[in-house]
Amino acid sequence: MANLDSKIPAGPIQDKWTNHKFNLKLVNPANKRKYDIIVVGTGLAGASAAASLGELGYNVHAFSFHDSPRRAHSIAAQGGINASKNYPNDGDSIFRLFYDTVKGGDFRAREANVYRLAEVSGNIIDQCVAQGVPFAREYGGLLDNRSFGGAQVSRTFYARGQTGQQLLLGAYSALSRQIKKGTVKMYSRREMLDLVMADGQARGIVVRNLLNGEIEKYSAHAVVLATGGYSNVFFLSTNAMNSNATAIWRAHKKGAYFANPCYTQIHPTCLPLHGDNQSKLTLMSESLRNDGRVWVPKKAGDKRPASQIPEDERDYYLERKYPSFGNLTPRDIASRNAKEVCDEGRGANGGESVYLDFEDSIKRLGKKAIEEKYGNLFEMYQTITGENPYETPMKIYPAPHYTMGGLWVDYNLMSNVPGLFVLGEANFSDHGANRLGASALMQGLADGYFVIPYTIGNYLASTKFTAVTAAHESFKKDTEEVENRVKKLLSIKGKRTVDDFHKKLGKLMWNKVGMARNEKGLKEVIGEIKELREEFWKDVNVVGQSKDLNQTLERAGRVADYLELGELMAVDALHRNESCGGHFREEYQTEEGEAKRDDENFRYVGAWQFEEAGKWNLNKEELNFEYVKLAQRSYK
Amino acid sequence: MNGNNLNLKLKIWRQPSPKAVGAFKDYSVSVSPDASILEMLDELNNDLERRSEEPVVFESDCREGICGTCGLVINGQPHGPIPKIATCQLHMRHFKDGDTIYIEPFRAKAFPVIKDLAVDRSAFDKIIQAGGYISVNTGGVPDANEIPINKNIASEAFDSAACIGCGACVAACKNGSAMLFVSAKVSQFALLPQGQSERKERVEAMVATMDEMGFGSCTNTYACEAECPKGISVRNIARLNREFLIASLSSQNVEE
Repeated sequence: MANLDSKIPAGPIQDKWTNHKFNLKLVNPANKRKYDIIVVGTGLAGASAAASLGELGYNVHAFSFHDSPRRAHSIAAQGGINASKNYPNDGDSIFRLFYDTVKGGDFRAREANVYRLAEVSGNIIDQCVAQGVPFAREYGGLLDNRSFGGAQVSRTFYARGQTGQQLLLGAYSALSRQIKKGTVKMYSRREMLDLVMADGQARGIVVRNLLNGEIEKYSAHAVVLATGGYSNVFFLSTNAMNSNATAIWRAHKKGAYFANPCYTQIHPTCLPLHGDNQSKLTLMSESLRNDGRVWVPKKAGDKRPASQIPEDERDYYLERKYPSFGNLTPRDIASRNAKEVCDEGRGANGGESVYLDFEDSIKRLGKKAIEEKYGNLFEMYQTITGENPYETPMKIYPAPHYTMGGLWVDYNLMSNVPGLFVLGEANFSDHGANRLGASALMQGLADGYFVIPYTIGNYLASTKFTAVTAAHESFKKDTEEVENRVKKLLSIKGKRTVDDFHKKLGKLMWNKVGMARNEKGLKEVIGEIKELREEFWKDVNVVGQSKDLNQTLERAGRVADYLELGELMAVDALHRNESCGGHFREEYQTEEGEAKRDDENFRYVGAWQFEEAGKWNLNKEELNFEYVKLAQRSYK
Repeated sequence: MNGNNLNLKLKIWRQPSPKAVGAFKDYSVSVSPDASILEMLDELNNDLERRSEEPVVFESDCREGICGTCGLVINGQPHGPIPKIATCQLHMRHFKDGDTIYIEPFRAKAFPVIKDLAVDRSAFDKIIQAGGYISVNTGGVPDANEIPINKNIASEAFDSAACIGCGACVAACKNGSAMLFVSAKVSQFALLPQGQSERKERVEAMVATMDEMGFGSCTNTYACEAECPKGISVRNIARLNREFLIASLSSQNVEE
């Protein structure tokens, strides 16, 4: 077991980033074009990174499995982006955003990273406005803010319910400008299938061209992964159909440590399941909890329609249990409480959902005001369910949404593999064990616009490189391995489809590595996943050819990786004998049923080193809290 | 949840490669009215795979109507018969037991078919690359509130910016014109103060690339607006025409 060096700069927290930027080595402007940088993934983090690095003059090669960077799943983020501008004059500050984020993450994030995130948050808003992102505004023409879970100030900037779309289109436009200028070469419809190492450094990638199935190789001086999270391991999640863990998992198998894999966020406001053929779960923005009230019947098994349940027979359980945050408790708490009331048989119509009710807000503010704030969300709800939320309360239930875990990175966002940088949801760094709403967009853009442009320069300027091209021996070996794996998947010709395996894994994960976990379940599920993995490699049926557009083959490769990653998530959840944020172990709870941390034994980042499938070594990074006092989180 | 499955006949366009000749192929399915049309295709594909037959290639990603990836012509209409939704948001409850449903790819000269129902829409990226941005680098920009914008103007810019780049407007147009897509982006920036300094060059460059990419001309049929899942208005096209006229009369653009 090794202790990891996070390379946190010395000095007071408010000076760390400023001093660090000054101490970083620079690449002089004329030399930047001599460096090739690969960026994999072109969502918020990847597109902002690729554009910013291109502007600086580096030779950037950007890869996406989508047909266009504008399709990345960042586009689906609805509610907003946090920034400590304090425009509403309600007491916000860099320190308060930092404090709320560390506390919201249940004291499992690295203080220095979170402080930097809060510090650059204001710059992000400035940048996006300059790009023409149409944020919501007040009548005076200035920017409007709203509140999100886990905060008592209004610091969330938004563009109706489509903030992610507008921010991504902003980053996409900046990226498009660099593509036109030739500083960024865009490779779309390419899926990264391996990381290539040479002389102990990350020096390139192997990709599959999804249009024709050709395996291609690309070399560079550094590789940046911004490939998002792994919630699709649950099969049903709010993630897009194609979101996957393959890029980070391949990097993990090449030596990059995977940190806190068990920290997964189950989002409280999603649409409930409708049937077996369901392909994904739809999120309704958390911003709805600003004006919607969450309730269930007081009596178990009450199947009356909502309108027939009188006021005094309703339990507004979040307002009752958490009076100071009410409906705006953090996501992990809101989700767990929803599960609890449904487990008690008090769900809406006796089923697996709770009400989110706008009746009072419509009475207070008028239908027009509600429509202006949430119109598109209400429409979306009606489209999917066929019910009108202006008249009957919405029904919601938690669903896997975001993964706080990811590849381990130091303060410079570099993994333990030299030259491999990881940004956005793909890394583990800023959200601890639970992410606050409207912080994912903030982190993706902070990493891409304002952190990586500085830290990657330092790496390039201070590293000696030998000449490595795609003709290098390592590329040959890795390309062969990728080709063999494709061949193997196509040659099994078993009886079960890729989706059959994925659904089965998803159920195992949801039941035993989902909202509540226990030792017995975790031990069982580790064996069950191993078994399922073996069956997969014996009995999967991958139809079609390798040298063709083959979506079944694409999914098969991703599911094969989930079958390894799922096990690691369970291993991590089993080892962490405490509850924190999104990781809730039933054995470790307070008398009131809240997550009970064990700071003495688990105040560390668990970073797993891959040895072979089913075998990992644990490395630790101790977390020190100098500025935020460790405390039992309270939102009461 | 709703026990009454619908029994449907599907006629789906199958085309193995860009140059191959395609044709409709018949399938029968039984599907829950609560499922979306893409979930119906997922199920069909799962059945085909079980029989070792090649599944139908179609593209989709977010399945929430925002990424713009999915796009099928359903019974002759891009994104199907229900207005203001993307294909992924079309639920089977809008069909009747025994219906026959035709499913085809978006058809336009500038969107060649890749395979089955998947088409190549990279021409849209080329148009954005030509000028669909405000030329600011990262850093060194003014404080966000130093650029006050009238609430109604900001809201109108948002309406234009809501385009998801799906290409239904092109598929709906008998001329295969991309005017609604291009005009939405031109309008967003023409309305905002940040977009003023490149206003004329932007519209000229984007229109020139649109023409180069093989999109047709606009003849004001408004079919694009009718099929747009985000309700982007044809007023954007009127604005583009004004912008283009002003630019061509007064632009400082010099032919290279």
